[in-house]
Amino acid sequence: MEEKGEVKLLGDWPSPFVIRARIALNIKSVDYDYIEQPVPPVSELLLKSNPVYKKIPVLLHHDKPICESLIIVQYIDEFWSSGPSILPSDPYERAIQHFWAAYVDDQWFRSLCRLAKSKGEEAKAAAIEQVKGGLLLLEEAFEKCSKLGKAFFGGDEIGYLDIALGSYLGWLRVNEKMNYLKLLDEAKTPGLAAWAHSFCAHNAVKSVMPEIDRLTEFAKARYGYQEPTLPTK
Amino acid sequence: MAEEVILLDFWSSPFGMRVRIALAEKGVEYEEREENLNNKSPLLLKMNPVHKQIPVLIHNGRPVCESMIIVQYIDDVWNDRAPLLPSDPYQRADARFWADYVDKKIYNIGKLVWISEGAVQKAAKRELLGCFKLLEKELGDKCFFGGDRLNIVDVALVPFYSWFYALEACGNFSIVAECPHLVAWAKRCMERPSVSKSLPDQYKVYTHLLELRREHVARLGAQLQAQQAQ
Repeated sequence: MEEKGEVKLLGDWPSPFVIRARIALNIKSVDYDYIEQPVPPVSELLLKSNPVYKKIPVLLHHDKPICESLIIVQYIDEFWSSGPSILPSDPYERAIQHFWAAYVDDQWFRSLCRLAKSKGEEAKAAAIEQVKGGLLLLEEAFEKCSKLGKAFFGGDEIGYLDIALGSYLGWLRVNEKMNYLKLLDEAKTPGLAAWAHSFCAHNAVKSVMPEIDRLTEFAKARYGYQEPTLPTK
Repeated sequence: MAEEVILLDFWSSPFGMRVRIALAEKGVEYEEREENLNNKSPLLLKMNPVHKQIPVLIHNGRPVCESMIIVQYIDDVWNDRAPLLPSDPYQRADARFWADYVDKKIYNIGKLVWISEGAVQKAAKRELLGCFKLLEKELGDKCFFGGDRLNIVDVALVPFYSWFYALEACGNFSIVAECPHLVAWAKRCMERPSVSKSLPDQYKVYTHLLELRREHVARLGAQLQAQQAQ
């Protein structure tokens, strides 16, 4: 049983990367101090804990820092090894989870960011196609990983890839709301649509996923998100 | 059970070199298949439909893609010898952090050094040397990033030693003058057959990268002409 103060997480509530660490800690029922470190400015503590990137999340375990969200998730899985497993034990299944998590981070989330920043109908349409195309690929991956009808990429329980992708659901919903469209479509990606509901309702997740309205207001203030004019008939 | 291990590869790819080194460290026998990147094989397109890139490790018919994911897989499967990660969770996290840092930075910034010129190249050189110096600091007095054996950081980084001649020639600077400890580390790595047999000759790489640069400049020129004609 961890003593209070042994585990600290430096975070910022809108960050999907911080959400990943919090979900992992919740899965393992780890008691931790959550310290909001909204950036900018970069605090002394954050600068000392993550001198290379100066970014949250940072997990401090006995004051030793661990940085980069998916590396933090793996550390949590390996250190608190007696709790429910986040990564599977089979090397091939682990490689598949890592592959799709890297795809989500390197390709899919970037396409979501491009959508958020795109200006003009043509650019927006192209960005939407990319996001939806990625979701179709992820739907296929979900069918394979969840092994015939299980709720999560990890099977019966939330795993590494669930955390990697699920942490972006808040921002996905914000983009849907701001653009008056559906990106995660029950008709085209039924598996993912159902998965998203199960994920957000999970005990380890619901207390750390931000409310969409709050996230939308944050996006407007921080990134200048503007609602587009409603399409005219 | 007979293991079938095939590596779809390209001789000058630093990412392919990472996998070669990992397999060699573990003493795994495999069949290497050289891909023509201008005419990718049906096998490559089938085994890596998402990225269509090498390296791809095909182990008993099942593909594993993305070089550092393949390296981790190799370490997990052949876990009875030459560990590429320590057993302590904190040290593992630390090694993963630095391997990820190499992955995020060195290829993209290094490429700008040999492919671009002027202000872009100058900025890239400065940034690359900054990265190398940070890695030198992380290495410290150790023989390798893994201590007395290679770990995933060594495996991630040492393939870029094959770029050093090209970087210096194209960028007109001396890496050994700026980062002597890093060059000494690379030479220690090269004393291991797993590394020396996995890295191509630096001059051969230089002529290849020059060719890629020529093609890149020609493409840019053609694009500019097309824009001006509009």
